Amino acid sequence: MAEKVLTKAASFYDVYERKSGAQDVTHYCPGCGHGVLHKLIAEAIDDFGIRDQTIFISPVGCSVFAYYYFRVGNIQVAHGRAPAVATGIKRTHPESIVISYQGDGDLAAIGGNNILQAANRGEKITVFFINNAIYGMTGGQMAPTTLIGQRTTTTPRGRTAANEGFPLKMCELISTLESPIYVERVALTDPKNTSKVRRAVRKALRNQIENKGFSFVEVLSACPSGWKMTSVQAKQWMVDNLLPQFPLGVFKDVSKELEPSERSKVVFSTENMNELLNIPSEENIRTDVPKPLTKFQNPRIILAGFGGQGILMLGLGLAQAGMQAGYHVSWIPSYGPEMRGGTANCHVILSEERIGSPTVSKPTVLVAMNLPSLEKFESQVEPGGLIIYDSSLINQSPKRKDVKVLGIPATEMADNLGNTRIANMIVLGAYIAITGIMPKDVVVDALPIFIKHKKLIPLNVQAIEKGMAFVDKNNGHA
Amino acid sequence: MSKAVGLEKAKVVIREDECKGCNLCIEACPEDVLFEQKYLNRMGYHPAGYVGEGCSGCGYCFYQCPEPGAITVYKKGYVGEEVA
Amino acid sequence: MAKQLIKGNEAIVKGAILAGCRFYFGYPITPASEIAEAAAYYMPLVGGTFLQGESEVASIQMLYGAASGGVRCMTASSSPGISLKQEGISYSAGSELPLVLIDIMRGGPGLGNIAPEQGDYNQMVKGGGHGNYKLIVLAPNCAQEMCDLTMLAFELADKYRNPAVILADGFIGQMMEPVEFPAPVTELPEKPWAIHADKNDETRLICSIELEPEVLEAHNRHLQEKYAEAEKNEVRFEEYRIDGADFVLVGYGVVSRVLQTTVDLLRDQGHRVGLLRPITLWPFPGKRIVELSDSVDSFMVVELSNGQMVDDVRLAVNGKKPVHFYNRMGGMVPSPEEIADQAVKFLED
Repeated sequence: MAEKVLTKAASFYDVYERKSGAQDVTHYCPGCGHGVLHKLIAEAIDDFGIRDQTIFISPVGCSVFAYYYFRVGNIQVAHGRAPAVATGIKRTHPESIVISYQGDGDLAAIGGNNILQAANRGEKITVFFINNAIYGMTGGQMAPTTLIGQRTTTTPRGRTAANEGFPLKMCELISTLESPIYVERVALTDPKNTSKVRRAVRKALRNQIENKGFSFVEVLSACPSGWKMTSVQAKQWMVDNLLPQFPLGVFKDVSKELEPSERSKVVFSTENMNELLNIPSEENIRTDVPKPLTKFQNPRIILAGFGGQGILMLGLGLAQAGMQAGYHVSWIPSYGPEMRGGTANCHVILSEERIGSPTVSKPTVLVAMNLPSLEKFESQVEPGGLIIYDSSLINQSPKRKDVKVLGIPATEMADNLGNTRIANMIVLGAYIAITGIMPKDVVVDALPIFIKHKKLIPLNVQAIEKGMAFVDKNNGHA
Repeated sequence: MSKAVGLEKAKVVIREDECKGCNLCIEACPEDVLFEQKYLNRMGYHPAGYVGEGCSGCGYCFYQCPEPGAITVYKKGYVGEEVA
Repeated sequence: MAKQLIKGNEAIVKGAILAGCRFYFGYPITPASEIAEAAAYYMPLVGGTFLQGESEVASIQMLYGAASGGVRCMTASSSPGISLKQEGISYSAGSELPLVLIDIMRGGPGLGNIAPEQGDYNQMVKGGGHGNYKLIVLAPNCAQEMCDLTMLAFELADKYRNPAVILADGFIGQMMEPVEFPAPVTELPEKPWAIHADKNDETRLICSIELEPEVLEAHNRHLQEKYAEAEKNEVRFEEYRIDGADFVLVGYGVVSRVLQTTVDLLRDQGHRVGLLRPITLWPFPGKRIVELSDSVDSFMVVELSNGQMVDDVRLAVNGKKPVHFYNRMGGMVPSPEEIADQAVKFLED
């Protein structure tokens, strides 16, 4: 307190233009602690020269109108949410000084989780927690910090531990967390304690100026209106009742162990977007792929089998290659009850036209890799359609006579190639061979997109070729 | 605003219209030089007053007062404009 | 042309980043978690921030803070999560904060299930939170639009200083389709109203409280004027084979995809059927429906809900023509044939 004059801080607006009624006085009741804490904060903002960077967050409570007074950036927020909003603004403007100013109901009741989590994340903000053991703004209801036996409008016979539990001790709770760097409880009682409040305010702000971490200052404060006392009686009541319940002191302070660092701004850049977002930049759609025979055009495909047979991957490969071949394509994993029971299926459409329904109710092509799949979907295939099934695992032929059927021992062929899981690519080879929907080179070009392990690509190519060769040998082009 | 040059004595200035009569300044004053006025201000409170002598410039009243602009304390030796 | 086969959910995140969004705050929920996961992967790569909030309630409030700071920011959730976010949505609308919300709708009410539904129409289009506000609601029906409409959502949110919503379903989110990504937006709009941690902040205030009834009414009037402006400028819809149609199907999102096929089926059967697909659910293309109600015999609205958008269609038609309704719920998606059968019944009535 070295200044030669103590007067209204420059970090208060000269005239409270946002306030209706008298614009030279606050809305606070006589003897309210908020005004004093406001003065201490404004004085510190002045002294540290941080007014331009300071962002003050006022949630619901008597201090919801703090933005009437503080000549800084102001954000008024929902009840209890100040720490979350503070997180948002601080992350977008790390160079700012963010003050979350909260009452007991706001911080310890409705916003209890918000404050714990922001503290636990170590948000580099400063929290001032006014604890006056009552809801002031709404007319004196019980707060989470209301004392046992204390009468409020919602504890008319006094708070009982049996009904409402005990008063919450926020400093004690928050100081158990690893991230907070400074946690102290102070009290606006006599001048000696008030000067400790002043020191705590300044320390908590300095911690943020030096970019050190999360600081939390609980300020015990009088609410003469809520307590139904004179201002002078209220101070005495604090000493007699609040202080024994909420012991003053530093609960945690590791700020000295931390080096100050720069509060740097977020830089917006659009450099190398495609590379960073893994978006293809080079031409990858062919326009020279010949159309297949009419009956194989615009296929609506259901692919089905056991989980683990690579059914979804097979569908993806088909869609990826189909896209590169110039078709409209869609791929959708199965939704609905059939997802259960270890079966996997997906719907793929390749089309000359824009695709309507992405789900396939009447497939023109069914790829069945196990018996349940064949039994489930065989009847749905459109007349004139195509069924490809893995004859190594399905030992009965489809009953349908009005569709083209290809049985291919894909699993056995895959085993012969040394990898059972490559059966899906054998089927893919067979499908393109039998329909001529696209040439092999389009599929081979597409492989690196949907096959993560690059060293498996040659094996996949081999599998596709085996599938194609099987069709050429056993079935011929349709 | 008048120019004050090197105040020889500390003093406290109360803007009566901003005072809500909570009496916390009066309670806190170690010199016992603040008192409650008999009259009411525009808000209907008995504002605090300074007896005009004996302020030590300790600032206790300033830091007890919840109103940002109600109390100004000039310490001994203050040089500059009177802000209130 | 360079295209990418990609899930709708991932296309949203890439579109958002291309639109200049660098901040994502969200809470995981099926079937929207992939959006959070993609954002967690990509945001740090482009100098952005991904933060998993402690709750849906907190995540939307983190957005409130970020949007107050003048940046483009987003979150994603699914129906029960959106219910929780309504507090922050109302506050954001009241404080006129531009932010983008993605709702990948799932089955309800309550915990419901994770299959696609459209039961959030009312809570997004009509305002699920308290107060006199509107959200700009866009309904993509393919992966390309998941990207494009997300980008548009950022633009509209900024233009009107209002939250904008992508209302999609698990179907569109899970489906993979080719997307051609546009170039990134390099010039973001100036936001002189936002808190920038600079000297001018002392004149700026982000706020939704106003005790004086006259002033709060004036603020509400201002909001309504803004919404009227959006209604004038931002209605978007798509039509399919509507020329000469005397029976018009109306549906949005995945339903509109199914309806496109239904139209083809019915046209093949000789019925003069067309499709109207609202792209903006708010502002709703009511005027177009008024026009159509002069020329067509009847409408059929199809929804994956108990009938929410159908109310808006009926308001526009205003009793002039019959408005039929067909729905599935609980995650059931009707086939084109199923809808066509139903349509024929209505046509023959």
